[in-house]
Parts: sequence; structure tokens; C-alpha cells
Amino acid sequence: MSEPIDRAPGHDAPASETPGGAPGGAPKQASGSVDAKLGADVFKLDTEPHIVIDVEKCRTVCVQRACLQVCPADLYELNDQGDTTVNWEGCLECGTCLICCDAQALRWQYPRGGCGVQYRMS
Amino acid sequence: MEKVECIVVGGGLAGLAAAYGLARDGVEVMVLERGNYSGAKNVTGGRLYVRALRHIFPELWDDAPFERPVAHELITLLGDGAATTVGLASPRLAGPPPQSYTVQRARFDQWFADKAAAAGAMVVTDMKADELLLDGDRVIGVRAGGDEVGADVTIVAEGVLGLLASGAGLREQPRPADHAVGFKEIIELPAGVIEDRWRLNEGEGAAQLFMGEVSRGMTGGGFLYTNRDSIALGVVVAMEQLRTRTDGLESWQLLDAFKETAQIKPLVRGGTLAEYSAHAVYEGGADRLPRPWGAGYLLAGETAGFALNALVTVRGMDLAIASGWAAARAALAARAAGDSSAATLSVYDRFLRETFVTAAMQAGRGVPRAIENRRLFTEYPGAVARLLEGFFAVDDESQATLLRTSLRGARREFLKIDTLKDLWSLRRV
Repeated sequence: MSEPIDRAPGHDAPASETPGGAPGGAPKQASGSVDAKLGADVFKLDTEPHIVIDVEKCRTVCVQRACLQVCPADLYELNDQGDTTVNWEGCLECGTCLICCDAQALRWQYPRGGCGVQYRMS
Repeated sequence: MEKVECIVVGGGLAGLAAAYGLARDGVEVMVLERGNYSGAKNVTGGRLYVRALRHIFPELWDDAPFERPVAHELITLLGDGAATTVGLASPRLAGPPPQSYTVQRARFDQWFADKAAAAGAMVVTDMKADELLLDGDRVIGVRAGGDEVGADVTIVAEGVLGLLASGAGLREQPRPADHAVGFKEIIELPAGVIEDRWRLNEGEGAAQLFMGEVSRGMTGGGFLYTNRDSIALGVVVAMEQLRTRTDGLESWQLLDAFKETAQIKPLVRGGTLAEYSAHAVYEGGADRLPRPWGAGYLLAGETAGFALNALVTVRGMDLAIASGWAAARAALAARAAGDSSAATLSVYDRFLRETFVTAAMQAGRGVPRAIENRRLFTEYPGAVARLLEGFFAVDDESQATLLRTSLRGARREFLKIDTLKDLWSLRRV
């Protein structure tokens, strides 16, 4: 297993259309999209996703797609095929998607020890 | 299999209180913390009610890294575009000793981890516990990082989600109806600006809770706590109500909208975003708690459901620390008896009752039902504002006396069957 990759504050927000905070950890104004918010956080990337969507269950069992609206980091999206995808790299590990998924279509665990978000204040 | 006397899953406040209490009495205890340091995965609103904690670890608090003692309590109702604020500044809040302090978890939990380590606990960071090891219905240790470690007593203090505990069948999986989600920004502001904006003496702090339009009709609200050089600004909403919305509203947008309101905008002006965090919180009340002990294990902190939102007071960290203390007492009793059966560990219930945990959870028993009532968050904040607007109105109609204005307004806004029923339902909050 390779070592987790450090991401300092100001990293590009994970797999999103708008870039996150300014490069080099420059301070950002206290407003803006969720990408700017995530850009303020420190993440240590795991090498493997800690959230895996069971696409079949998600397609066939789920009617709500609650994950799209409950995630505080706005990580869930629909792709061109209409399937749910997750940009797990920016996960705040709150577990809201796991609790809210009716279809139990998420294999959700915490990132490996030492990986994932590392709050410096909260 | 390597073996220690006690394993604690989770180096947050419940786990560290347990580890500190055990190590101080000479028990070999290992804490498994999955973050780079204690506090790396934790989120508070954040305020710690500390007055009652002084009785259970009296020696501990003198050098604790608190942010500010809360000297000023504010509650703001947002409705009809108006804000009604009730504030209390009192020497009984500010102390000495203060009733509560604002805290930041990364700093506070690391301090507590150092205390536990100094007392003799082994705190292992960057180490996620993957599952509890079972022998029949007895917890005999954990699997972590590919190794298995045995223990006479395993204290599970893994936080609100309880993945290991529910995975082993020690409690249910978390349900949306019993939980809320909170998300917050830490916004840096100079200490002097904070003191001016909240009219605080140097070093003192404020706590401000918001009810009404901030939660868009859902059970929940906004919060604001002043740290030393920053403020914590956030929103908490009930998960079941959030997840069943059909208007496309996304959770995180609530906080941005809140920040743009006329009430918040001037308070955060010139501030710099320093961190964004989110966390689930248990709000299921006392009736849905798991039994927090069994053969070889104890559940502590929010894994056991010890958290309480009573509208104007929001508690979790004090319950975590007190339950960790009680868990340590129970594990010590098991050690003295040379037996960690469920029957022996059931003494945990008595130790919890000796703290304020049981009484607090019992007192809050009716809260979840009462705050499900959405009129609290939709109708009343606006009604209060309209009533007060009557007081302050000056127009060219003939002027009624203050008494007549209040009676007329109160009759119009509040003398309804629903309102009286709601008042009655709030008696348990």
C-alpha cells in the first residue's frame, strides 16, 4: 500500500468543475461555493475509495437519491448514464449519506488510519 | 494474539476520559485513534459545559486550552425577514468559575490525549480499528491495521456512527429520524473585533443560537460561538426532513444563505474562512438508547447516544467526558472482580447515574417529539417579530396604549388552540 498523499489547504477541490481555493494556501473570503469551503481543509488522500456505490442497488432500489442533496460537501453527482457517482476524496466523514441511503447502496467505511480529512480546528 | 487490559476505540473526549481514568489507576490501556492526532476527526458546535465536570476530574481543568468563557448567551428568532434577539449577560454565566467555554476540538482533544498519555495510557494515532472481535456474544478485542489485539474490556467510543458497535450487533444502525447533520465554518477575526461585535470584556465569549428561517422549515437552526481569534458559524438540521425535501435544496446551501442574511453579514464582515467541517449528531433522545454494556464491552459518548439538543442548550462533549469517566469506573470494578461479564459491567449504569448523564438524558426525554413541531421554526419567529413591531410602531392611526397593543397582538398571534398545545408540548424541553 502506498503512503497517503498530503494535501495542504488550498488544494484543488476534488473532481469538481470549479477549482477550489487559491493556490498556495492563500486565504479565501468567507463566502462562495462548497469547493471554496473544502479548499480550506486539509486532506490526506487514501489510495483507495472509502465509499463505494453499489450501482445496481442504486439504480433499482433507490427512488430518493437523497445523497445528492444531503451531503455537506456536495460530493454526489449523476453521470451521463444517470448513475450516482461520488467524489470521495473531499469527504468530511460525517456519515450523513450512509444514514440517509434507503437502498443501503453504499459500502461506507472510514478512510484508513491517518487518511482522510484532518481538522486543524473544528 | 497480543493482549492488554483495556482497549479504547476512539481517541475523542469519551475515549480519552475513559483512558485517563483507567491509566491514572494503573490499568494498562491502549487508545486507537484513526486521525493524525486526537481531534483530527472531531467537530463541535462548539461549547463545553464544564461546571459539573469539575466534580469528576477536579484536577484536570486548570490548564485546559479553552477558547473563551461564555459570558453572553443570545437567542435570535428569524422570521418575516425580522430578527428578535434575547440576550443574557450575567456573572452567573461568566463565573468564576464559568458555566461553559467555547472550544476547538483539534486543540482541546490533543491536550486531553497528552493528559491521558502522561497518566500512562498508550495513545496510538493513525490507527483505525476495523472491527470488534467476538467470542459468542462476548467482545474479546479488536482487529486494527491487520493485527488483532485482545482485551478484558473494550470501551467503544467511536463516535456517533457506531460502525463497529452496530457491525457487532451491540446497537442498531443509525436511522435518519434520530439524527441531525451540522456543518460549520470557522471564520477568523481579530480578538478585538470579536469583543467589539459581541460587546464582550476582553477574553470573554458569546454563544448565539438562531431559530426560524435559517432552517427553511426544518427542525434545526443556526449557531455561532466566539473562539479566541475566530468564530464558529454553522447550521444543524434534522436528517429525515432534509433527506425527504423535494425542492432540490442542498444541505450546504443553508449555511451560505444564512451567511448572506442581514443578521449575519455584518457579524462575519472582513473574516477569513479557515476551515469547513461537518458531522452527524444524535438527537433521538433517551428512549432510543442502546444498552451501553455487555460481556467484555462498554459503549461511551455518542456511540451510546449521549447527546442532547434542548433548543437553548446543546450538549454532547460534557456527556462524553462524564460517560468516559463512568466507563473507566466500571472497567476498574471488573478488574477488581477479575470478571468482565455483562453482569459485572452492568455497574456502568450505576456510575452513569452518579454523574449527570442519566439525569440529563431523562430530563430531555420529551425533547425529540417537541422539536419535531415545525411551527417552532416556521410560524413563531415571525409572530414574535410582529408582536414587537406593534410596540415600536409609530404611524398616523390613533395611538393605543402599550398594554392594549400587546394584548391585541398577543391575542392575534398566540391565542390559538395550536399555540396553546405547542406551549404544553414544550413543557418537557
